Amino acid sequence: MSTLTKFSAIPYTGPAPTNRQPYIPVEAERMDARGQEISARIARPAVVQETGQDLPTFLVEKDAIIDVLRALHDDAELQFTMPLDLFGADYPNREKRFDVVYQLYSVKNNERVRLKVRVAEDESVPTSTGVFQGYDWYEREVWDMYGIVFDGHPNLRRILTHEMFQGHALRKDYDPAQRWLLTDRGVSTITPKIDPRYVQEESESDFERVTLNLGPSHPATHGTLRIVVTLDGETIVGAEQEIGYLHRCFEKMSETHTYQQVIPYTDRLNYCSAVINNVGYCMTVEKMLGITAPERAQHVRLMLSEFYRISDHIVCIGTNLVDMGALTNFWWLFQPREEIISLAETCSGARLLPSYLRVGGLAVDVPSTFLAHSQHLVRTLPKFIDDVEALVMKNRIFRDRVDGVGVISREDAINYGFTGPCLRATGVPFDVRKANPYLGYETYDWDVPVAEGGDTYARFLVRFEEMRQSLRILQQAIDRGLPPGPVMVDNPYVALPPKEKVYNEMESLIYHFKLIMHGIQPPVGEAYFQVEGGNGEVGFYIVSDGTKHPYRVRVRPPCFPIFEAFGKMIIGQTIPDAIAALGSLNIIAGELDH
Amino acid sequence: MPVSKVENESIIARKPGVAPGEGPEKGLITLPGESDREVEGLGGASYITTKLDQVVNWARGNSLWPLPFGTACCAIEFMSMVSSHYDIARFGAEVVRFSPRQADLMIVAGTIVDKIAPVLKKIYDQMPEPKYVIAMGACATSGGFYRAYHVVQGIDEIVPVDMWVPGCPPTPDGLMYAILKLKEKIERGEIRR
Repeated sequence: MSTLTKFSAIPYTGPAPTNRQPYIPVEAERMDARGQEISARIARPAVVQETGQDLPTFLVEKDAIIDVLRALHDDAELQFTMPLDLFGADYPNREKRFDVVYQLYSVKNNERVRLKVRVAEDESVPTSTGVFQGYDWYEREVWDMYGIVFDGHPNLRRILTHEMFQGHALRKDYDPAQRWLLTDRGVSTITPKIDPRYVQEESESDFERVTLNLGPSHPATHGTLRIVVTLDGETIVGAEQEIGYLHRCFEKMSETHTYQQVIPYTDRLNYCSAVINNVGYCMTVEKMLGITAPERAQHVRLMLSEFYRISDHIVCIGTNLVDMGALTNFWWLFQPREEIISLAETCSGARLLPSYLRVGGLAVDVPSTFLAHSQHLVRTLPKFIDDVEALVMKNRIFRDRVDGVGVISREDAINYGFTGPCLRATGVPFDVRKANPYLGYETYDWDVPVAEGGDTYARFLVRFEEMRQSLRILQQAIDRGLPPGPVMVDNPYVALPPKEKVYNEMESLIYHFKLIMHGIQPPVGEAYFQVEGGNGEVGFYIVSDGTKHPYRVRVRPPCFPIFEAFGKMIIGQTIPDAIAALGSLNIIAGELDH
Repeated sequence: MPVSKVENESIIARKPGVAPGEGPEKGLITLPGESDREVEGLGGASYITTKLDQVVNWARGNSLWPLPFGTACCAIEFMSMVSSHYDIARFGAEVVRFSPRQADLMIVAGTIVDKIAPVLKKIYDQMPEPKYVIAMGACATSGGFYRAYHVVQGIDEIVPVDMWVPGCPPTPDGLMYAILKLKEKIERGEIRR
């Protein structure tokens, strides 16, 4: 791992840990200045800027929040048109114990903004679904997890937990292991909301309307989703989705573990591209600690991210085609995917979910075969991609199934908060790797693939091209070679000292003990960091109170708004269309339900 | 075209039936040419019943029809096991059925949370006997590292389990090993329910 000799006793002279001190982001000054510009533009007395944050942050009175959201959305200069995230946070010692946090994104200016509404336990917040359609489910989630009521919400019921659940799980006074059994006859009944455009007077010639349930155990639901549709003949006139069948309490579990222990949980969010989640989480914590992983670690992170992105798209394309009856592609594509997985296995020992990253670098160095193995993959993968593309993309039967199926318009996609391939399939060239480069993506030569139309075919196009672009990045990364040096930061408050030093040096032994017992302790504050996952922007919002446990970990699941819009996308189409469209959205239940 | 109905005549010629207990009993499985031959000296019904069990168990063990109750990460590893590289078809368990009516092996691949637990039970109940259950991975076995407010702490709270597979997620070889072990168990006739 390093060049340390057995009895070297070089004391650590770097910065001391900064826990219990406020976290001051490096970009705080720039963000404060930008925040002042934004607050000058919207000019509301109910908005107070909170300085010293990593995003322009405002405290907003709860009664003014809709007005402010609308102002930010409509302002010709700002154009915060995309709802990125909405979540709660609980501070029981405060007079107004809850924070409701809104994060918006402006595609035009490529910037993010954070709004906070503070509410007491008996207060409610007006619903923002009138401004952002995508906030419908987010508000339900906040209600489910914190019990904050959103006035005027059209459908405020539990979303992640089941209907017999008592209490609100993410409140600090909720016992993490307190379960409530669903003893009723199982699955709740849902009446699908029928889009008003399709509600007609039922005449003699109409078919009888039928309600059909798909899932949660259904071959085409890829995990555990439930869709209830109302059919008029064969046409879908209403659809409603139910989620939460894989709610594994990621956020509550994070609060009960130390910072390093959270990493395996992040693997299991989007389990098809596990490494990317690791990168997002580790980089958020590193941002708070003010450290940067060594170059070698960053290079490996980037390469594995791109490999896992390809693997994610392979699973999406393969299984989507299986749903449409094209089994060959699945067999054919899974062979190279297996080799991608085995590359991760050589690095970490685990196959699908390697948990290979650590805060501050990597768990261990890559094997000496890493570059040769990667080069072999980069050489062989294009053939598989080309073969499958040639098999399906000009296939008449396939085109009939995907052209114009599951369409979402650009405006709707942004208004729901789409990111990733599904957004790029509507013609918006937003990719976090380009917009806010990390891991040195800006130094590589690659393009963001964009397709027009927003239908299933466009999503296929984008995914195929993204795999090629990932291969382009990978080839450049291989050509550059792995930078020499360690894979873990040289900071004993973050990285465990090497074993031989632990056994031979008093100081290292103490550091080892301190780190095992007290963990990493970031300074007090909050940070948000985002990476481009297989499905879009994976963002982590972490609140630290200076102890070894994160106070709050919020993950922004890119699937969440995408699946929320699914019901709208299939209106007016048939069940087979819905199946084809569902597969192309690549809904990963682990990420959706976190 | 009018179809005339033939009375008392079948297309397939039938042999006249023998009353039970009169003729020597034969096993359900007959070898080619054996049907015309009288089986001598094998008259004991108990002997034939045992033999039949073995034959049936052998057939069951070699043609498991799995129903993947895949919820999470393990389902992806299950897909790996089914697909080209690991190819479970080598062991006769590749006929994946998503309908519980057509399956006899339920592979619970992934975390089972309280919300889906009644669904799991319902699907298990819908499977015809004999049926077997493999709990794939740490979550299905014990809740794994999700010791949490919404996660079932092991599916044996809900359904009986024949095989537990360790791992998070288990490798495809691990799952394959469990299927082979289950096959052995079925062939030994150990599973009675």
